[in-house]
Amino acid sequence: MLRYALKRLVLALLVALSVSVATFALLSFATDPARAIAGEDADPLVIEQIRERYGLDRPLPVQYGAWIGGLVRGDLGESYHWKRPVSELIATHAPVTIKLALMSIFVTIVIALPLGIIAALRPNTLIDRAALSTAVAAQAIPSFWLGLIFIILFAVKLRLFPVSGDGTTWHFVLPCIVLGASSVPAVMRLTRTGLLEVLGSDYIRTARSKGFRGLRLLLRHALRNAMLPVVSVLAIQLGHKLGGSVIVESVFAINGLGRLALQSILGGDIPTLQMLVFVFALTFVLLTLLSDLLNGWLDPRLRLG
Amino acid sequence: MQVMRRRMRSHKGFLIGAGILLVLILIAALAPWIAPYDPLETKLVARLLPPAWEQGGRWEYLLGTDHLGRDYLSRLLYGSRISLAIGFGAASLGCLIGVTLGVCAGYFGGRIDQAVNYILTCQLALPGLLLTMALVFLIGPSLLVVVCVIGGLHWTYYLVVTRSATMQIRRLDYVTAAQAIGSTPLQIILYEVLPNVRNQIIVIFTLEVGIAILAEAALSFLGVGIQPPTPSWGLMIAEGKTAMFYRPWLVVLPGLAIFLLVIATNLMGDGLRDVTAPEGRN
Repeated sequence: MLRYALKRLVLALLVALSVSVATFALLSFATDPARAIAGEDADPLVIEQIRERYGLDRPLPVQYGAWIGGLVRGDLGESYHWKRPVSELIATHAPVTIKLALMSIFVTIVIALPLGIIAALRPNTLIDRAALSTAVAAQAIPSFWLGLIFIILFAVKLRLFPVSGDGTTWHFVLPCIVLGASSVPAVMRLTRTGLLEVLGSDYIRTARSKGFRGLRLLLRHALRNAMLPVVSVLAIQLGHKLGGSVIVESVFAINGLGRLALQSILGGDIPTLQMLVFVFALTFVLLTLLSDLLNGWLDPRLRLG
Repeated sequence: MQVMRRRMRSHKGFLIGAGILLVLILIAALAPWIAPYDPLETKLVARLLPPAWEQGGRWEYLLGTDHLGRDYLSRLLYGSRISLAIGFGAASLGCLIGVTLGVCAGYFGGRIDQAVNYILTCQLALPGLLLTMALVFLIGPSLLVVVCVIGGLHWTYYLVVTRSATMQIRRLDYVTAAQAIGSTPLQIILYEVLPNVRNQIIVIFTLEVGIAILAEAALSFLGVGIQPPTPSWGLMIAEGKTAMFYRPWLVVLPGLAIFLLVIATNLMGDGLRDVTAPEGRN
């Protein structure tokens, strides 16, 4: 088990590094940061000076090597835009996004699991069709639009929540619902399918014949196996929340990593952007690893493979 | 084939989705003739008029005007062109990349398969939206760049399905027979493998159109996609955001348009999946 985990960890790091190489290459070809820093009508000499100062005239592999070197030493580079260390920028913005992501996964669980379970318990009835239709509809709603509608409805018309900002936990309610709602269709369908399959299996029939019914049957026997794929998907969805946070944080004016990312893009701030992409990718890969390990722990059958 | 056509005709979801999509495609094609105004023509004396049925609305501006006095109905109609062009364009590019990689990985196996799998893992780890935003904005936001970047980053679904289908088909007898008579791998792929994967690819294509449209809307909303004054629905929502508290239609109408288009493609895709492979249904 430990060897498996270590092997996967190494693979995870390798993938994250490959992602950083790809990102570095793409960003370098996409834009010339020196020109962006210097401004639109800058003197070519000034652009050259800036290029030299930031080391942008070195060959690409050398620049990448320097970046990796800095990464290992803990020096994440300096932002072109804010003139502050990238590590400081990320450290100040990360807690908000982590809080947002975790709370929204909680929202997803609270909405999607009960819906999926009820739909599986009463397949092909009105409740089931309503749940599936809601899932289909929810997948078509743009999350930023949902956020704005929520703001109009709940913050302005009904005055239940603050319009924007990230001061108190109450500020997080609407953003988390919007962010969580985007994962609900997938998780709900997976729960429903998984539970339907499990409920039709032999051991459930055995359990029923032994006298287990209703809630007890559900909790002790059926759900444990049905939840296996759901746990994996939830871990992956948590990784996606980081990406989704860009939109939600912009709509609700929350000062997290997503907003930092958007501002870096608009400001042409390559070092911050490069680091953010790396952090997001690394987080996603580690979360996938975690979900694999969790799966292996929860389902002994997988450990033999 | 006839069985499928009959199933398609009786599948309500598919029909609704296809119907809505057809209407929207017609609107996009006929926009210059059915739109009452030029979507780019500003008229500052007629700014921020509400829809005709509201108080203060005027019937010549059926759905009101935006902050520069441009007719909202015309902008919505022209916006369908942007969304459909990007949706189909990006989905096509993704299809090209994903199917090619998937077929190579599934057919040749071995090292090529391992390499493609590694590329897939890396691609899945990429923060998609973030990178899309960065690349589009930094290269220079235009319709072509948006299509290429979105398409270039959304091919994983095609790859996974094509790869597993190719691996299954490869083991079948008629492929062995084709190899025995001396067909080249390319011939086998084109004549034996692809026709059998075609249905699944079409299903994925329809779903990816919706995904691409949502991606473009998000990009344009955040300001890193289609730029003003082009009427993209996502951009219209962003432009209406500042005035939305007392003029909610500025935000509600384009969002409804996006919702309608995406739900149409999703219904069509789900319907096609049910029709071509009912065993895969929940």
